[in-house]
Amino acid sequence: MTHLVAEEMRGGYGAADILQDCSLEVARGEIAVIVGPNGAGKSTALKAIFGLLGLRGGSVRFEGEEITGVAPQERVALGMGFVPQSANIFATMTVEENLEMGAYIRTDDYTETVQDVLTLFPALTERRRQAAGELSGGLRQQVAIGRALMTRPSLLLLDEPTAGLSPIVMDQLFDRITGIAKEGVAILMVEQNARQALNIADKGYVLVQGQNRFSGAGRALLENPDVRQSFLGG
Amino acid sequence: MDGFLNATVLLSNFVLVPGLAYGAQLALGALGVTLVYRVLRFANLSHGDLMAFGAMLGVLSTWALQAAGVSIAPLPTALLALPLAILGTALMSLFIETAVYRHHRLRRSAPAIFMIVSVGVMFMLNGLVRVVIGPDDQRFADGARFIVRARDFEAMTGLSEGLSIRVSQGITFAVAMAAVAALFYFLNRSRAGKAMRAYADNEDLALLSGIDPDRVVRHTWIIAAALAAIAGTLYGLDKSFKPFTYFQLLLPVFAAAIVGGIGNPVGAIVGGFVVSFSEIGLTYAYKKFLTYLVPPAWAPEGLMQLIATDYKFAISFAILVIVLLIRPTGILPGRVL
Amino acid sequence: MSPRALLLFAAMAVLLLAVGQFQSWTVALTIFNLCLISAVMALGVNVQWGYAGLFNVGTMGFAAIGGLAAMLVSVPPVQAAWTAGGGGMILSALIIAATAAAVVAARRWLAPPLRGAATVALILIGFLAARHVFGPAADAIENVDAARFGFLGGLGMPIIFSWLVGGLFAAGAAWFIGKIALGLRTDYLAIATLGISEIIIAILRNEDWLTRGVKNVTGLNRPVPREVDLQQASWFLDLSARLGVDPVPFSSLFVKLCYAGLFATVLLLIVVLLERAYHSPWGRMMRALRDNPKAAAAMGKDVKWRQLQAFVLGSAIVGVAGAMLTTLDGQFTPGSYNPLRYTFLIWVMVILGGSGNNLGSVLGGFLIWFLWVQAEPAGRILMEIISSQVPKDFAFRVHFLEASAHLRLFLMGFILILALRFFPQGLLPEEQSRRRPRHVP
Repeated sequence: MTHLVAEEMRGGYGAADILQDCSLEVARGEIAVIVGPNGAGKSTALKAIFGLLGLRGGSVRFEGEEITGVAPQERVALGMGFVPQSANIFATMTVEENLEMGAYIRTDDYTETVQDVLTLFPALTERRRQAAGELSGGLRQQVAIGRALMTRPSLLLLDEPTAGLSPIVMDQLFDRITGIAKEGVAILMVEQNARQALNIADKGYVLVQGQNRFSGAGRALLENPDVRQSFLGG
Repeated sequence: MDGFLNATVLLSNFVLVPGLAYGAQLALGALGVTLVYRVLRFANLSHGDLMAFGAMLGVLSTWALQAAGVSIAPLPTALLALPLAILGTALMSLFIETAVYRHHRLRRSAPAIFMIVSVGVMFMLNGLVRVVIGPDDQRFADGARFIVRARDFEAMTGLSEGLSIRVSQGITFAVAMAAVAALFYFLNRSRAGKAMRAYADNEDLALLSGIDPDRVVRHTWIIAAALAAIAGTLYGLDKSFKPFTYFQLLLPVFAAAIVGGIGNPVGAIVGGFVVSFSEIGLTYAYKKFLTYLVPPAWAPEGLMQLIATDYKFAISFAILVIVLLIRPTGILPGRVL
Repeated sequence: MSPRALLLFAAMAVLLLAVGQFQSWTVALTIFNLCLISAVMALGVNVQWGYAGLFNVGTMGFAAIGGLAAMLVSVPPVQAAWTAGGGGMILSALIIAATAAAVVAARRWLAPPLRGAATVALILIGFLAARHVFGPAADAIENVDAARFGFLGGLGMPIIFSWLVGGLFAAGAAWFIGKIALGLRTDYLAIATLGISEIIIAILRNEDWLTRGVKNVTGLNRPVPREVDLQQASWFLDLSARLGVDPVPFSSLFVKLCYAGLFATVLLLIVVLLERAYHSPWGRMMRALRDNPKAAAAMGKDVKWRQLQAFVLGSAIVGVAGAMLTTLDGQFTPGSYNPLRYTFLIWVMVILGGSGNNLGSVLGGFLIWFLWVQAEPAGRILMEIISSQVPKDFAFRVHFLEASAHLRLFLMGFILILALRFFPQGLLPEEQSRRRPRHVP
């Protein structure tokens, strides 16, 4: 049983459907990457999976359960974590408080999870009492991902986590994301930096106008001449 | 040397002590305004009348306690009535939220619409207070009047100027400090307080984190109401209770909130004291003060009052304009909670 | 006029006629006159809020400035006061002007670190110097026959000129205030204008040399004949005889009708002008600014300058209304200005009537003033009914009957909240806004 199965999703914000029969799958421990041109509906697909967008057709199944109509907050409780592309931290609150807010729905003791996140992102340890808004772009993304990890999700949705980061910081972040996947978390992310992302991906989806154009193993897509020519700049 | 000491005591008596008490009242009011502004994102023009409502409950509860023979003399009975006033004002706020604001919150009405709605609430609260307790002055202070009496102070120090500290001033300051400490503890230490800050900081992300917006909004109103009830009752205890004066407090209260950086609780407190000391300091007649300090030949003839007392509202406003023009974010940066 | 507007105005007329029939025609006409003035004021606020989206809650200040103009235009000058302190007043005015000029010059030619210091120093020097001259002059003026005068007086001209002058005064003040306050965020603008109007009232209340302060200026001249004169005039007695009415009560009605005619003329004139402005390119642009200031600014429109125009125009209209109000009262009473009555009540009129719609503001002005006046007796009756089972001298009953006057505040708030909830566009919605949701910055 695949962890997340989204089938033939159809929907959009207004009358027009941005997603046209878009299907995605990701298993635990796997990294799936959605790439594609601007306006292809990549972020929309992610939001649809998280329930931020109502679907007019298709379905989303999580751990074998149909969750198409479930509210985003409840999906968090089911084990989904979502990191939006922008405004993904509480800028005026400290790093530690950001993590606490991530664990808001948890009623058990989460100090261990805080430790886990700080082990994963050691640079945050010494800045735990600093306001998250004062950190550098790379550290802010770490806070954002750390916040989403606080509910110990089994599926992590990342919307362009490396947008605006320098190549070195981007590589570091991808390393961390690979590390998270190795713990058995399913990761589905949207990426502009298609080449680097497909490099670490187990699975890739090329989305064009809301439809799956190509899909396959990350490496295979990188080597596919059509994909290279159209989406990876040769 | 005596001249200098006398001058210091004089200034303490007429500027420092009243300024601290008034500043504490303004700070409490401004904290309520700033919290509502930060979480609900509008300037609540009915806050002055919410203070009047809270003070009215304080007065009524005090009378009821007095009639029942309850007394905590030498402390004023009003102190005992304060929890009742807070409770009643909080319930009123929650009722207003459910009956009035909630609809506009769910519809995501523009901040200006919220402000006009708050004008409606202002009218209703104002009418309600006047219907229940009438538009006139009400006295409800009892117990001892002074912590330090001017005459005792003179006898003790041998100075010709006396320092008097009224019980109401002492209580105002003490209660305000306690309220502020409790508020900061709540905001920075408690889960609900952090959730409130998170919601104010990033509403969407707060929703994603499972924070219940209705709960945050309810908490905000309860706290704003509690602060308003405390500020209103203390102001009434210190000066006198008259419904219309609370409407007029709206201006210095907003001046305090904006001067300190609206949305910033520390700023609201700083702003409260900036406004109170400017008002009192600029309208104080320095004639006697200077007479103590300079040789008799130089003693000033006029009152040495910078601005007539009639214009004290102009002062809070002038501070407001200066800050808005020079540093629009306030003394401390706004929009942090 | 749309059928809906016609219907609502007809209903309003029926209400007023009913008051005439069942209460008295004097009451009906008194209400009607103040309805007309309220409608003018509401039109002023509508230009600011409805046309331009400006949240000005300083209406009271501009109405008071209009009232001041009515007093200054109509009252004869007090020669003795001018002799006593006129020179000093002029001198202190010159000092203030010179200070202002020096400050402007300093800000233009000095570099930043020095500029701030120079500004503060100049203002302080100017303030102290002006006060040095001003204080004795004001005292001298206020001591001239304080019981009757104690102020400089005015121009001694017919009061009707003051309607124009009131508008100009208010426009001038609005220009100055707008220069400082416009461009602030909506909420700051509201607080700023609220503060300014309080300061204006404080000045009028305390500068006795100018306004006699709380001693009031009574017995202003009138644009219409006096009742006593009418009762002596043969043509009026003839008219009364021909109509078969008692000349004494009829004279009072006649005077009120004259006022009504004047006020209605002004109202009509303003409505026509504002309607033309609304449908002109200027009006279209104002609405574009209101609905999307950022886009308008991006298209190269000078947003602040346009907002200033609307602010000045609206304030001028409020000033005219303020002058008319003082004319009707026959006295200038700075102590009577209160923001609930002169600012927020006007806002209720505009919102209930329909922001952006001039006819809506007129209707709102009529309806709200009517309710404001009639709520008091209605509240009394209500309280009577509620407490009818209670013994007559029971303290609570006495208290609540006294309190009924304040119920109207409660009622106004209730109407405002209901309107915003159930028909936020008002009784007569603005035509465009039905299609497009209103965006307010």
